[in-house]
Amino acid sequence: MTVPILKQGGYLIASIQSALSDSEVLELRDSLAERVGTLRSQGIVIDVAALDVIDSFAARSLKTIAQTAKLRGADTVIVGIQPDVAVAMVQFRLDLSPVQTALDLEEALAILDERTKKGRANGR
Amino acid sequence: MEANTAPAEPRLADEAAVEDPTLQAAAVDPTLLGELVGYLRQRRTELREEWAARITEADLLKVMSPEEIFTEVTAVYDNYVNALETGSVETLQAYARDLSERIIRRGVQTHEVLGIVLLLRDVLARALFVRYEHEPANVLNRVLDAYEPAANRIAVTVGVSFVQERERVIREQQAAIRQLSTPVLQLRDRLLILPIIGDLDSQRARQLTEQLLGAIRRNRAKVVVIDITGVGTIDLTVANHLVQTVAASRLMGASAIITGLSSGIAQTLVDLGVDLSMMQTVGDLQGGLEEAERLLGYKVVRDEDAVPRAIEPI
Repeated sequence: MTVPILKQGGYLIASIQSALSDSEVLELRDSLAERVGTLRSQGIVIDVAALDVIDSFAARSLKTIAQTAKLRGADTVIVGIQPDVAVAMVQFRLDLSPVQTALDLEEALAILDERTKKGRANGR
Repeated sequence: MEANTAPAEPRLADEAAVEDPTLQAAAVDPTLLGELVGYLRQRRTELREEWAARITEADLLKVMSPEEIFTEVTAVYDNYVNALETGSVETLQAYARDLSERIIRRGVQTHEVLGIVLLLRDVLARALFVRYEHEPANVLNRVLDAYEPAANRIAVTVGVSFVQERERVIREQQAAIRQLSTPVLQLRDRLLILPIIGDLDSQRARQLTEQLLGAIRRNRAKVVVIDITGVGTIDLTVANHLVQTVAASRLMGASAIITGLSSGIAQTLVDLGVDLSMMQTVGDLQGGLEEAERLLGYKVVRDEDAVPRAIEPI
């Protein structure tokens, strides 16, 4: 299933609805990288609230997506990690750093606003 | 009343011990047992009084008044004789459970309960000796053959019922303590505080993580202050669990601040080589709250103009 990508102001919002296969992850990565360029987006929010499991592949993929987007000039925030998913990830020593995480969409947008403001203040 | 029928309900492991064949009253001469029971019923009043007197004498059940003891003694005596007659301990067992539930809360100990049951057994055996003293020796033997196994079985039943009841009460209390021991409190909008009192074991630590993460989601928390002033000692497992809790909170989008590490715990953590690089620690709860407020953008200002109001006398 293709992940829908919505544009909200200067940001892109991708909401993952079900477990993704390897090719779907790559597809998500590529379409996000492309949209960041065409829409001149400054931030990406990836919502994983619907995922019951985040395994090592998924964690690595999310990091790759964030790093790719960063190279294209957009910050990424992951939102909606469920409590038991968080516990499982920590127990399996899966780590999303340096990708920022947030509780929900509202929080993520606040973080992105903060960052872009700082960026402009620094003369970027 | 049904005699010697196996109860249909599933049995617990402890009750299986009661069914030990050596304790069974199955091979008993029914007429002799009937006579014996008849005799014990006939001497009910005096034997009850003797039993109650011996309980008081032995300093058992000091938490109960003599009237209470006598009431319970009467009920147990009748149940006991009925159980002797029918060989079925179910009624006695139900009564023993009920009685245990009442007396456990008043602090009656296991040795008291066992002592009391053994006293009754003794009182009745002596009464039987007196009754069959002048009969030929084999009659007394047969009477004891009939009485002993049934009496043993009854003693075991009462003891086991008491212990089971007590274990049930202990389990209930453990559950209550577990519930009480990990409150997650909201201090300000998006600021949670988790005071931990008492030593942590891995079960409590796991439960704590669950409650904290649940609360983060419910209250949309951004900062969590975990105060461990009340924790005496910490081991490697629990320390790692704490680190994991902080990491999991991080993944949920909340930052955690640990406060109140005693010097002993700090030393232990360093000695154990726990990786604390991603933990933010502040000396005491006050400092932790100030740091949390700073992260959330709160600024607490003391109003110098406000006149402290005197507390009105009642």
